[in-house]
Amino acid sequence: MPLFRETGVVDDVWTKLADDQTVPADGPVLVSLTRWRGARAALLARRGPIGVALANSDAVESLAGDVSRLDLVALHFPKFSDGRAYSQARLLRGRMGYGGELRATGSVLRDQLPFMLRCGFDAFESDQPGFADALAGARTLFSVVYQPAEDGRTPVSFLRLSSPVIRGRWPAGPEGESSSEVTNYNY
Amino acid sequence: MPDTYFYRYDRYDRALLSERIAQFRDQVRRRLAGELTEEQFKPLRLTNGLYLQLHAYMLRIAIPYGTLSSRQLRKLAEIARKYDRGYGHFTTRQNLQLNWIKLEDAPDAVAALAEVDMHSIQTSGNVIRNVTADHFAGAAIDEIEDPRIWCEIVRQWSTLHPEFSFLPRKFKIAITGSPNDRAAVRVHDIGLRLWCNERRKVGFEVIVGGGLGRTPMIGKTLREFLPKDELLAYLEATLRVYNRYGRRDNLYKSRIKILVHEIGVEKMREDVEAEYAEMKDGALKLPAETIEAIARQFAPPPLPHRPAAVAEVEALKLSEPNFALWLKSNVASHRMAGYRIVTASLKPAGAPPGDASAAQMEGVADIADSYSQGEIRVSHEQNLVLPHVAVEDLPAVWRALGQLGFAEANLGKITDIIACPGLDYCALANARSIPVAQRLSRHFAEIARQHDIGDLKIKISGCINACGHHHVGHIGILGVDKNGVELYQLSLGGDVDFGKTALGTILGPAVAADKVVEAVDSLVATYLENRGEGERFVDTFRRIGLQPFKERVYAAV
Repeated sequence: MPLFRETGVVDDVWTKLADDQTVPADGPVLVSLTRWRGARAALLARRGPIGVALANSDAVESLAGDVSRLDLVALHFPKFSDGRAYSQARLLRGRMGYGGELRATGSVLRDQLPFMLRCGFDAFESDQPGFADALAGARTLFSVVYQPAEDGRTPVSFLRLSSPVIRGRWPAGPEGESSSEVTNYNY
Repeated sequence: MPDTYFYRYDRYDRALLSERIAQFRDQVRRRLAGELTEEQFKPLRLTNGLYLQLHAYMLRIAIPYGTLSSRQLRKLAEIARKYDRGYGHFTTRQNLQLNWIKLEDAPDAVAALAEVDMHSIQTSGNVIRNVTADHFAGAAIDEIEDPRIWCEIVRQWSTLHPEFSFLPRKFKIAITGSPNDRAAVRVHDIGLRLWCNERRKVGFEVIVGGGLGRTPMIGKTLREFLPKDELLAYLEATLRVYNRYGRRDNLYKSRIKILVHEIGVEKMREDVEAEYAEMKDGALKLPAETIEAIARQFAPPPLPHRPAAVAEVEALKLSEPNFALWLKSNVASHRMAGYRIVTASLKPAGAPPGDASAAQMEGVADIADSYSQGEIRVSHEQNLVLPHVAVEDLPAVWRALGQLGFAEANLGKITDIIACPGLDYCALANARSIPVAQRLSRHFAEIARQHDIGDLKIKISGCINACGHHHVGHIGILGVDKNGVELYQLSLGGDVDFGKTALGTILGPAVAADKVVEAVDSLVATYLENRGEGERFVDTFRRIGLQPFKERVYAAV
């Protein structure tokens, strides 16, 4: 399955291990939550980055305390219409402070991308035609957001405040400050 | 033309809308080009309000908190003419449905809506739907605070919410600002009731897990009192718990009411409160400035002083019995003396409940401009409301509505029927609803008799999904299919008004389509023979029970 980041198609350097497969001595490996729980110490002792793949019914809270040790968390969409992983992503990024790669796997379609980016995903497995182009444009598809999420964008409600200095929480920047894109909007 | 006295879009709202339309246009193009399968396209069109019915696509247009300006209503009429068959259907969720839209026209239709700051976003699909409110908001005499301020805040927060766009199932929120609940908050996924506590602070009672449908349930109180500025944090916490733990294995068990029922309201509360504790005082806490800025837009219109007692009105009451009855049933108190809230009945005898032609919509818009500050409301009982009418203007408004066929003095009476679209339009229905409503409203057409029968709410659904709210009808009528024959099951004693929410009890075996009028006639006769002083139909039912009604109906049919 091709792997995309916002820069385009990238090589997938990660080895996805089934629970009964032997763990290689080095190189990046992606394991299930069950395996991570069962062999955490051994996995951490080896050379090479570790990633954990969660089912969308797994509690992300079980990775609390380990987020800085992980370089990849893969969240799964068994069907594109099953949205549990959006909550998992926001908890990982926003509450648990996970900073590594957050990958969407399974049924990942281009029309979900604006939502996925806002929830903190930054890597996507998809075989849908046109996916790379859609991903390149997904962050700017909407110049306005109404709610805080995990992409650092400033919600409209804060842009409307008379003093737009907002509790130091919303970084201003090309993504965060979207008002310049709409000032010429004619109505 | 008067200014509007409710939320006005700014450049941000308009930018989002135009970008959303561009996105939808591209999605429709890809569907027509075969790049998207129907399965992939379905959630995209649904969250833009485009539904596939029995014969055609239907566009469900959001009317946030049921409030419209005359300009918006005229645009709806124009869209109904241009892209549909010249009429629309106002729904129990304060939306407008156009039943004959072509897929290729849908992007142009929503672009036309955007010209008057309207949209069809999230009127369908497994998302947070259009938020409904008391249709008397801002005018009601018993109001603590205008609920539409909070509906607008929720509307913005829920629009394209990245975390909650693929929920287990649809999610409906209703808000009331009055102790007399006119928004049916106990039969919504979340109901919010503004109230003033003993420390004179106004906050929300948060009610969760109500709903009708296949498994009707009355909502339970999740939190007695929530500070207003924490509303979005608390909603986000509740939705997150639902998104994570709500069932997804069975379409009919996926609403939040099933989750609350299965884990219990105590566990639900524990989970929501734990989640909320993490978010409290965070980015979702509403700054006072934000609340005030939105509240200012809902500032009541500056209504000039008008006389409370008017000789012409008194004279007309004596000379026109129908006007006198109309004043009694369709005209409600306003917070200002000298004004009244007028409800235009969209239930004239023999007409499909809630339908209005483009010409009728324009007619109501004209009346609103002349007599109601250019404002119109849609009620969840599928009528249109003129919220600010001077007592002096009541005769003129009554005559003008009469010209449109909307002056029937039947509000809350036996012909003020709620009915779903049923098998005439809907792919899910087992039976027709509209023709049943039409037969009943013709049979009971005589206004004086309706007033004698008094308050009696009939609600008709064409299948167990209960879009016609039959569970909470004083008389509920449910269409069922038995070996290809349409039959109708009757239930009694449901109620949804003023906090007395109750679910109806099934009367007995379903009756044939041509026996429904007779059966309802028998129910009414039983009531009239047994009613005590001042008792409504539903009060008599509660006192004497099902049996007398049952015997009479099955002896007759």
